[in-house]
Amino acid sequence: MPNVLVIAEARAGQLRKVALEAMTAGRALASEAGGEVHALVAGPPGTAGLAPQLGAHGADVVLVAEHAALENYNGEALTALIAERTRTGGYRVVIFSASVHGRELAPRVAARLRAAYASDVITVALEGGSLVARHPVNTGKLTATLTTSASPAVVSLRPGMFEASAHAAAGRVERIEPVGDPSASRVRVTATQQGSSAKLDLSEAPIIVSGGRGMKAAENFRIVEDLANALGRAAVGCTRAVSDDGWRPHSDQIGQTGRVVSPDLYIALGISGAVQHIAGMRTARTIVAVNKDREAPIFKFADYGIVGDVLEVVPALTAAVKEARKGH
Amino acid sequence: MKIAVCIKRVIDMEMRFRVAGDGASIDETGAKYDINDFDMYAIEAALQLRDKAGGGEVAIVSLGPVQAQEQIRKALSMGADRAVHLAADRIPSDGLAIAEALAAELRDGAYDLILFGKMSIDSSGQSVGPMVAELLELPLVAAVSKLDVQGDRGTAGRVLEGASETIEFPLPAVLTIDEGLNTPRLPNLKGIMAAKKKPLETRPARLGEQRVRTTSIELPADRPPGRIIGEGVAAIPELIRLLQTEAKVL
Repeated sequence: MPNVLVIAEARAGQLRKVALEAMTAGRALASEAGGEVHALVAGPPGTAGLAPQLGAHGADVVLVAEHAALENYNGEALTALIAERTRTGGYRVVIFSASVHGRELAPRVAARLRAAYASDVITVALEGGSLVARHPVNTGKLTATLTTSASPAVVSLRPGMFEASAHAAAGRVERIEPVGDPSASRVRVTATQQGSSAKLDLSEAPIIVSGGRGMKAAENFRIVEDLANALGRAAVGCTRAVSDDGWRPHSDQIGQTGRVVSPDLYIALGISGAVQHIAGMRTARTIVAVNKDREAPIFKFADYGIVGDVLEVVPALTAAVKEARKGH
Repeated sequence: MKIAVCIKRVIDMEMRFRVAGDGASIDETGAKYDINDFDMYAIEAALQLRDKAGGGEVAIVSLGPVQAQEQIRKALSMGADRAVHLAADRIPSDGLAIAEALAAELRDGAYDLILFGKMSIDSSGQSVGPMVAELLELPLVAAVSKLDVQGDRGTAGRVLEGASETIEFPLPAVLTIDEGLNTPRLPNLKGIMAAKKKPLETRPARLGEQRVRTTSIELPADRPPGRIIGEGVAAIPELIRLLQTEAKVL
């Protein structure tokens, strides 16, 4: 049977948004092929509590592996567990999220299984006997279509490209045992430092407000933060020049060598629109730009451009957004 | 400390891409090339680790066409000691086929560390490094942005989505290097002269079976042309109206 296995990523006792995106994509693929979708979630004792949420997003079966040494990410134990389960379960497709952990794990599992691997895909379908997936290449300036008839096929899904949606399914829990001893892994995550819970991650934020060199100084990012707070559910990003200058952490950098994001709304403040930056945000649904230079390349991409001084426009925009969102 | 760094020759991303006649590759006419951005951090990390250990060797390994020797020479001019060019006319789309060729080269090299850039900016797969680790059954840490090696143990840091983590690993190991770890040095004239005399071996790449193929390449749908809606603070009411009624994001 053409069943699909979805690797559901959890952190700190919660399913990540990308896990539900992968669930939804897996459900669609399995339904199309007339098979079942099984979710696999691994973590410390108590992880089985996440099963109902996976069932509500389309999992026919939820495979739960619990072990104290799965509290933090444990790449070696997960590789062994997922590869073994894929072999014995005879899955046609194994779906990961193209998160930092997923992008370490998926290729390693694929190599262990000598399986076909399509990374960071934005669409995936079974066409006849082949799996067909599209993947942005060359900093998003091109899209490659990858085709494989090999089985199993392993894919990782680009965050934000598959909308998570509810789809009630049985979600029957099946406990599975780790393969080998998870506490004997050679590589150990000894500490996970959670960012502040108030801070939304760039890959999960529906709105991103981003600043470039045009913000003129690190302390001016305060008004970028203010706008993000006024918008609600917004995260703050920056350009490479800004993180290279140490105004913002490298982890906030959006672009070719940083994060690739696809929010509903992207607000570019004092950003000229260099190729390197555009590569990280060109798939945003709506782009707003504020820049003093009318000739800046960012205005070729911005749905709504305002020519003006960010230090004047941004505080006024924040006030207008607060007014518009009164009652929220 | 004996370190291998796997690097890739990549096309200049600033160019205006055209799809070639076969519909499944890029027309590379007039293109410029360089070492993949992320591989530069891996080279720099290897040079610093070798020098801190007070000796050893940094070997560059690159799979690609004969022209990749330009990028190999650049890596040697930065300070690497020797290089191996695994000759292949085309670099396949299947990371595993590449990983098998690299693993065959690296397997008996007795390297303490094998470093990769986190990703190649052309094919953007982030797959070859982890796959080589698997084929060689070595410990793996991907996307390393902090690194400390003491004897036969290492500690790495990496940034996750909304979190970060600290990882301990034994040597030998495979690491993929993210930006932020260091600032890669530029080759100087002395380095460039020295690189000409450093050993560069070439042998055919023993590519694995290709399970995945690129069947087409397209330019993504263009965004609608940009639109300037006004100047300064005066344009804000119109922006708010458009975000509410047209884009429906507010």
